[in-house]
Amino acid sequence: MNIYELLKTLTETPGPSGLENQIAAAIQTAWQPLVDSLSVDRVGSLVAIKRGRPANPDTRRSLLLAAHEDEIALMVKKIVSFPDEEGGNGFLRVSSVGGVDIRHLYGQTAVVHGRRDLVGVIGSLPAFMLPEERQDKAYGYDDLLVDVGLPAAELRQLVQVGDYVSFRQPLRKLLNNRVTGKALDNRASVAAVTVCLEQLQGRQHQWDVVAVATAQEETALLGAFTSAHAQRPDAAIAIDVTFAKGPGTSNDSTFELDDGPVVDLGPNVHPGMYKALMDAAEALEMKVNTSTHARHSGTDAYGLQIAHEGIPTGLVSIPLRYMHTMVETVTTADVERAGRLLAEVVVRLDDKFLEKLAAGLMAKDEG
Amino acid sequence: MNELIRKLVEAYGPSGFEDGVRELIRAEIAPYFNEIRVDAMGNLIAHRPPDADGPGLKVLVAAHTDEIGVMVTHVTEKGFLRFTNIGGVFPHNLSGSRVQFADGTIGVIYWERLDDHTKVHPLSKHYIDVGATSRQDCPIGVGSAAGFTRSFVAQGRRLTAKSMDDRIGCVVMIEALKRLTSSPHDLYFVFSVQEEVGTRGAEVVANALTPDVGIAVDITPTGDMPEAPTLAVGLGQGTAIKVKDSGMIAHAGLVRLMRQRAEEAGIPYQMEVLERGSTDARSMQIAGPGCAAGCISVPCRYAHSTSETVDSEDVEASIRLLVEMVSRPIQL
Amino acid sequence: MNELLKQLTEAVGVSGEEKEVRLLIRDLIRDYVDDWWVDTMGNLLAIKKGAGVLNWRVMVDAHIDEVGLMVTEIDSNGTLKFDPVGTIDDRTLLGKVVQVGPKKLTGVIGARPIHLLKSNQRHSVVKAEDMRIDIGAKNKEAAGRQVKIGDRAAFVTEYEEIGYTAVGKAFDNRAGCAALVELLRGEPYPFDLCAAFTVQEEVGLRGARVASYALRPDVALVLECTPAYDLPNERDVSPNVALGRGPSIYVMDSQTIQDPRLVAHITRTAASHNIPYQIRQPGGGGTNTGAIQRAQAGLPAATIAVPGRYAHTPTIMINLDDYANVVKLAGVVLRELTPEILMRNA
Repeated sequence: MNIYELLKTLTETPGPSGLENQIAAAIQTAWQPLVDSLSVDRVGSLVAIKRGRPANPDTRRSLLLAAHEDEIALMVKKIVSFPDEEGGNGFLRVSSVGGVDIRHLYGQTAVVHGRRDLVGVIGSLPAFMLPEERQDKAYGYDDLLVDVGLPAAELRQLVQVGDYVSFRQPLRKLLNNRVTGKALDNRASVAAVTVCLEQLQGRQHQWDVVAVATAQEETALLGAFTSAHAQRPDAAIAIDVTFAKGPGTSNDSTFELDDGPVVDLGPNVHPGMYKALMDAAEALEMKVNTSTHARHSGTDAYGLQIAHEGIPTGLVSIPLRYMHTMVETVTTADVERAGRLLAEVVVRLDDKFLEKLAAGLMAKDEG
Repeated sequence: MNELIRKLVEAYGPSGFEDGVRELIRAEIAPYFNEIRVDAMGNLIAHRPPDADGPGLKVLVAAHTDEIGVMVTHVTEKGFLRFTNIGGVFPHNLSGSRVQFADGTIGVIYWERLDDHTKVHPLSKHYIDVGATSRQDCPIGVGSAAGFTRSFVAQGRRLTAKSMDDRIGCVVMIEALKRLTSSPHDLYFVFSVQEEVGTRGAEVVANALTPDVGIAVDITPTGDMPEAPTLAVGLGQGTAIKVKDSGMIAHAGLVRLMRQRAEEAGIPYQMEVLERGSTDARSMQIAGPGCAAGCISVPCRYAHSTSETVDSEDVEASIRLLVEMVSRPIQL
Repeated sequence: MNELLKQLTEAVGVSGEEKEVRLLIRDLIRDYVDDWWVDTMGNLLAIKKGAGVLNWRVMVDAHIDEVGLMVTEIDSNGTLKFDPVGTIDDRTLLGKVVQVGPKKLTGVIGARPIHLLKSNQRHSVVKAEDMRIDIGAKNKEAAGRQVKIGDRAAFVTEYEEIGYTAVGKAFDNRAGCAALVELLRGEPYPFDLCAAFTVQEEVGLRGARVASYALRPDVALVLECTPAYDLPNERDVSPNVALGRGPSIYVMDSQTIQDPRLVAHITRTAASHNIPYQIRQPGGGGTNTGAIQRAQAGLPAATIAVPGRYAHTPTIMINLDDYANVVKLAGVVLRELTPEILMRNA
């Protein structure tokens, strides 16, 4: 599999939170040949099932792999006409969908998903013309406008309040297998799940794999809560991105690019799932790092763990620089490793796995 | 309809203490349902099975019965009450306003001696005076809840009262079901509790019912007043179809359908993107396996004050859109 | 000396790593329950079968986790960087002794000596992110042999009884756990009592959510330890609750409005048995009731708490009469539950 080409397709396909139909279709194309069934659920998550061959046919077990398909974006909140109410030029005031880093917006181009897609420039008055109290700050949503170069009357025919505006940046190559673009959070993880599914083609596994490209993670962890509830898996692993070391990052809780996937520990994670991931890494002789969260992992793992009566959950992350910008950067090597790690976990799951997980919670000898 | 609105908006019902409002609504809707029940949290759930030409989808429609209010945290030695908020109470609306407790006691809210009258002071700098002179003779104790009081006013199309949020949504639902002649859907009309403190009532209803579609009916702020926040929604411009608020993104297919139904029926509507605040639809969307959730909003100025103002034509448009939505097929 | 409180508060169970407390409580209750099991998050759940008078399942919850620290990095000099687990005021941490990881290594949280501070630094709060735990290791490698990233650290306090009070760490919520253990040791109740010793309350009420999903109770009671601010104050403001004034009853917090029918039942029952009680001042904070009340289709839930001064510090103080009255009140509240209590005036 050419991971760069896959990432290029996945990152350049728009998928703002709440409007995931295009990205779900693109992922479906990638997963179709690798799984037994595919469907899109009521909130827009893509659910793919690859059946395993259980040693005991009476006990089917399933592992849910969750990688969110949505990306941060903007949304039109008002259409304004200037300099005149009638007959002026049209501009769009926008609001954020998910945690957009507003400092990066000025001077970008974007795509307005109106009646048809329109390319727009994100601009603002120059700082010296803004109200005094705003002059020394980053441009805010009261300053920024999306300008598609049309008169207001024409713009209103094509765009309405509530239309999405997605970022626009083709995937590009840097040195050392690094790639940069938008929406690598979390298409890098979708690609890793794709690598996993491909790896599993030639291998025996007992558990079913339920691969879910979850919807609306950036805004509500929606797909994690709902898919875990609907699918009711026996265990789950969330795959997301984490902070890579780079300009402006602190040294703590950040990870070098190309130093392998990151396996997370903390209250959202079952210690037995952490161990399963670490054991799989050891079997592959793969370097992995450990991250921690003290309260909330900020990922789908938070929602997966507390569905129903609780689901043992793990979390694998891919280091990424410049998160929530249009120049997110990862290495394809880490994506490939994360995929292989997941596949190794899957093939090692057997009918004793859940018993071992449960025993770990009561074993006195273990730390 | 104004009499029904008056009756509902003037009723006492801070979050958690909605019994009175619920009974008023139960009396209104009783003729239209064979099956009405109240769940453990106090949600009023009315069920209308699909007509013979059904079945359509399981559709949950909810407006909340509760209103913002205050709760007593401390009685001072001199018999004044300190209080905390129930839901989103704005301190700048407080001074001079009146509240009513469940037993009918009226209290006046005022502020402490303040050195700077140009600032907005926090709730903790305010107190309630119910006319008591000591802790011993004060009729109200710690833990008592109160709602704001204000009478209903109708001036032409404009209707002003406390608790339009969300009794007007309840009115929209009540009127809609009076006009509803048939529906292919398995309909649940829910008058929910504890929305103002975190959309809690709708959460348990959606957990229990796992609907296919969830529609909240609630108010939305407008952006058409002097120097108002940037909001496209204006008063009197029609019912508002929610696309996004700070708690949820509405189901794209449901939004499309609402818009289509409004166009087909010639109902004035506007699209809504709200940056602060959310509704029961948020809870419905993420409960259990999830559902296609959206919201029909009644534009409302001065939300969470005692002078919440709506336009009767917008109310009418909201009723008509709700009827269109629940009486015709829903394809997502 | 109350041995139960001593054992429970001295055990270590920082949110997400509660095994030691779970094992201890399992041993304390196993002879008094009909069934017990541990779910995938680590909640210890137990059933005490009822006398069959009332066909109900009543859940009684006490969270077993405590606030603490988590090791996030090991510095080159062998000291440990950490994140607080749960809410801990930065001002609580300096000069404290902690126990780190499963080996319970002793560590200290020190700071630059006062002599070396600039005058403007003497009164500024040091942030947790600028503090380190010192276990005495000489460098990163040596520390790494003793401690793993992700290990939890807890305060170290030996349980003591002082005046009418008891002092120790983790009364929030081992006081509730102890009360629930005592309730389980009593005679069978009219209904099946489902005891839930839950994990991860301090990081978002997470254990209780899945426990109530599994237990499917009809009614729930949460036992807690709530902060008391009853210290001398020049202003006539609320103390939240006061030590020695009896069990505190919740009406409203940031997570719930407690079921008014159960609140009325609790206060009526307290009055009829001459048990003192106080209404905890409504407002912020939250207990597992927030998660349990909204589990599935929703259920009536309420909270009874032991007042504790100096919450989320190594030295919480409770009044032993308050504790005894919580056990007594919870017992009679449960034994006198009837379906009529939940009737609505319709």
